[in-house]
Amino acid sequence: MTLTPAELTSAVSGGIGTSPQRPDGNLKVRGEFAYASDLWHEDMIWGATLRSPHPYARITSVDITEALKVPGVYAVLTADDVPGRNLYGLEHKDQPVLAVDVVRYQGEPIALVGADHPETALRAMKKIVVTYEVLEPVVDMETAVDDTPLHPGGNLVRHVPIRRGSQDVTAEVVVTGRYEVGMQDQAFLGPESGLAVPASDGSVDLYIATQWLHVDRDQIAAALGLPQEQVRLTLSGVGGAFGGREDLSMQVHACLLALHTGKPVKMVYNREESFYGHVHRHPAVLYYEHGADHTGKLVYVRTRMYLDGGAYASSTPAVVANAATLGVGPYEVDNVTVDAYGVYTNNPPCGAMRGFGAVQAGFAYESQMDKLAEALGMSPVDVRVRNAMTEGSVMPTGQVVDSAAPVAQLLKLVQDKPLPAGTSSDIRELPGGVSNTTHGEGVVRRVGYAVGIKNICFSEGYDDYSTARVRVSMVNGSLSAAVHTAACEVGQGLVTIMQQIVRTELGIERVTVLPMDTTIGNGGSTSASRQTYVTGGAVKAACALVRDKLAGRTDIGDEVIDETTEWRHRATEAIDPVTGQGNAHVQYGFAAHRAVVDVDVDLGLVRVVALDCAQDVGKALNPQAVVGQIQGGSAQGLGLAVMEEIQTSGGKVRNPSFTDYLIPTVLDMPPMSIDVLELADPHAPYGIRGVGEPPTISSTPAIVAAIRAATGLALTRVPVRPEHLTGT
Amino acid sequence: MDFLRPETLAEALEIKAERPDAVPIAGGTDVMVELNYDHRRPAALLDLTRIPELQQWEDGLRVGAGVPYVRIIDELGAQLPGLAMASRTVGSPQIRNRGTVGGNLGAASPAGDTHPVLLASDAVIEVASVRGTRMIPAAEFYLGVKRNALEPDELIVAVHLTPAKGPQQFSKVGTRNAMVIAVCSFAISLFPQENRVGAAVGSAAPTPRRAPEAEEFLASALDFKNPKPLLDSVKREFGELVSRAASPIDDVRGSAAYRKHALAVMARRTLGWAWQELLAKKNGSEERPCA
Repeated sequence: MTLTPAELTSAVSGGIGTSPQRPDGNLKVRGEFAYASDLWHEDMIWGATLRSPHPYARITSVDITEALKVPGVYAVLTADDVPGRNLYGLEHKDQPVLAVDVVRYQGEPIALVGADHPETALRAMKKIVVTYEVLEPVVDMETAVDDTPLHPGGNLVRHVPIRRGSQDVTAEVVVTGRYEVGMQDQAFLGPESGLAVPASDGSVDLYIATQWLHVDRDQIAAALGLPQEQVRLTLSGVGGAFGGREDLSMQVHACLLALHTGKPVKMVYNREESFYGHVHRHPAVLYYEHGADHTGKLVYVRTRMYLDGGAYASSTPAVVANAATLGVGPYEVDNVTVDAYGVYTNNPPCGAMRGFGAVQAGFAYESQMDKLAEALGMSPVDVRVRNAMTEGSVMPTGQVVDSAAPVAQLLKLVQDKPLPAGTSSDIRELPGGVSNTTHGEGVVRRVGYAVGIKNICFSEGYDDYSTARVRVSMVNGSLSAAVHTAACEVGQGLVTIMQQIVRTELGIERVTVLPMDTTIGNGGSTSASRQTYVTGGAVKAACALVRDKLAGRTDIGDEVIDETTEWRHRATEAIDPVTGQGNAHVQYGFAAHRAVVDVDVDLGLVRVVALDCAQDVGKALNPQAVVGQIQGGSAQGLGLAVMEEIQTSGGKVRNPSFTDYLIPTVLDMPPMSIDVLELADPHAPYGIRGVGEPPTISSTPAIVAAIRAATGLALTRVPVRPEHLTGT
Repeated sequence: MDFLRPETLAEALEIKAERPDAVPIAGGTDVMVELNYDHRRPAALLDLTRIPELQQWEDGLRVGAGVPYVRIIDELGAQLPGLAMASRTVGSPQIRNRGTVGGNLGAASPAGDTHPVLLASDAVIEVASVRGTRMIPAAEFYLGVKRNALEPDELIVAVHLTPAKGPQQFSKVGTRNAMVIAVCSFAISLFPQENRVGAAVGSAAPTPRRAPEAEEFLASALDFKNPKPLLDSVKREFGELVSRAASPIDDVRGSAAYRKHALAVMARRTLGWAWQELLAKKNGSEERPCA
């Protein structure tokens, strides 16, 4: 008998296409799930990090004498104690583990303390004397390239040009704009945390909340001067990530302290330190010019955009490439000119965050489409549909979109949804909410639309793969499977997806997910909406190998079938450095939103009444998780539209707390009506299309469009603040 | 750090006299944040949660300093509508379960949510020490940013308030629809029998403060005996005077100009709602505007 997936889907419950319970769901709901901040070890000591108070300064001396004298202190470490390479980074190795001679952002780590109690560590840390020569920080992304060079190669991290079609074509209708996007934070709820345990042979185990175990490991090993096999990582409970854990935070620091003291070392950031301890979304300034004919057909798009990478490169090069290659949006445009610049400044370092460059461009190009609609006297939906990309369309990079691109359909789906009932009389459903600012006075309701495009998986020729191991044996007389990867569960539900895939492929209901660690090969990053696609693909491939060995048996006695395999998506290409042409991306994802917004035009307060969405996901492996991703991504986009911003002044963060960095509550985020399309991508496992990021892109501009309609204001910057709406 | 847990008020006052550096803690929603962030490291904490009389309210009204916001909302909403409205805007349900008006007064943050209501409704703060009891009108209680009129050996025991004799309103601007710190806030209390109005602003000056010119203007402009629909010109003038009473700053939460603007809007609207309630009552209707 041959076991086919089709038969097995019906044979066991909890396979793909269903929404079984998460294996960690009950623990999380009950508050019993162990997050990285709950890690504990006999004899462990605590690490603390001394950080720079200055955005830019020369370090003239570091004196640790008094700190070392504090009773209970085991070690005080500086850059001199980094045994390996004191530079790391995802794309450029430009960031010191501990600062040497210069600090380039407020919060940059300078020294570490290990002590028997977190309070002791804090006390000792305050006794470290650092003298600085404070320097004038570079803070303006538009002029940074010509300002004081902060790194040996100057302040340009990457320039991505795209030249497609005619560069000097003209059009009947032209609209221009300058747009700004503020610095958004991932605001994950579980702050950075980890536990490093030294072994007697000089190696180290690190239990850590991260998004990418293997790239962490490689960077840690290089900094510690150890072979990679002597640095072992195990994923701990992760309380959200959204890109903010793709870079290192305390990984090397905890290991340094552990190897130096011979003791297990725990480090946990508090909320304030967390704001300094991870990268944020790049703030951006974007100049756009759209030209169209009188029917609304786009003739050309020209854009120049600046993305502020802050003090270190992190993933700035890839963010810039996304902003550039996705810079005209999900529209057909024959003539495109793009110049995207990622720069160094002395602002907080910026890197990965959900949407990754596509968010910044999305706010600008969708604002432009509304402006174009107004100039043409067309409706916002009509002008978008007129230019909507479809399967077979050509990207500004020359890449042909070779699977479903239902842009017009998504727009029409959200347009046709019923509108919510009229303005409420319950203050909780009005702008200002429980703060009792209006009983209907000043409230204007309007509607806004937006659609966005996101590349799925890693791009530009990156060898993007995942490794999966599936083991099958008899437990209590029936087949049982275990699945093992190094792909990080950060809350998105990969643990459930892997179980579902194994159930479907092998017809085995009982599936255990083994801890994620570096004893198996690379699982790739939990980012770019890629884990279900790539690690899901690897698990499916490993199951196929197991299935061959099972050969239809339901009793294998004492035999253990254990198969490990790597799986990669189809290759992508680097883009041409002058023309930006090339098949840069694996897959494109699309989502559209219609926002209905009540604006208190007198107080400048906003309540999003409805934020309905339509998205194509190829195939919903877990429909409930898909809807959860769309809700979460939309909420994060709402945050960027109306409240979320790390405010900086002279390079210093002004609001490193959840008192002043606000994220949406249940009274800010409306219930959503969501249409999920399943237009299979023939290139992807099960036809799936990455889900997590596209809704983050269109949510923000849809909301701002509605606020613009309500106020008549231009609103070229997000987040929109009450001051912008009231002219104060 | 010593953790001192008196069982009676007398015991607490003795401890406070001996150890004026002991920081009182009730719900802990302010104090614990300061401790966690190492902004403050007192030699001792004085836990007030075991003292029964701080957890009670008596008719009249004397509200114990340790009565949490949730009880003010649930038990005193009819008698103290303004204070209940302000209490509803405090933090999250968890914070409202723990946080107290006594704590709000102890912290004396200019952004504290209950201060404008206490000012507008003539609250009197009862403070005590081994030396005796003092009754401090709210208007004399706030001395500066996070500074109040307490002596080092004194504890806040209760807040004295008269059950509302007329409509009260509270309104607060924040950039989120719940769980938000005030960008600025405003409270109004009407005293129809006395032809008097209380009005106060929060988060718009170094301390919460009353708006006396606005109060006087309204007292003279309104006819409480024979209430008629409000003139827009009265609302506008009242809003302007409230706005003028503030001396806000530009900070991360909002600009000074926005705060002044928003105070004027809130003053106009809350006056409208309060007056509407008065008119409705005069016309025999029991209906009250939702809040």
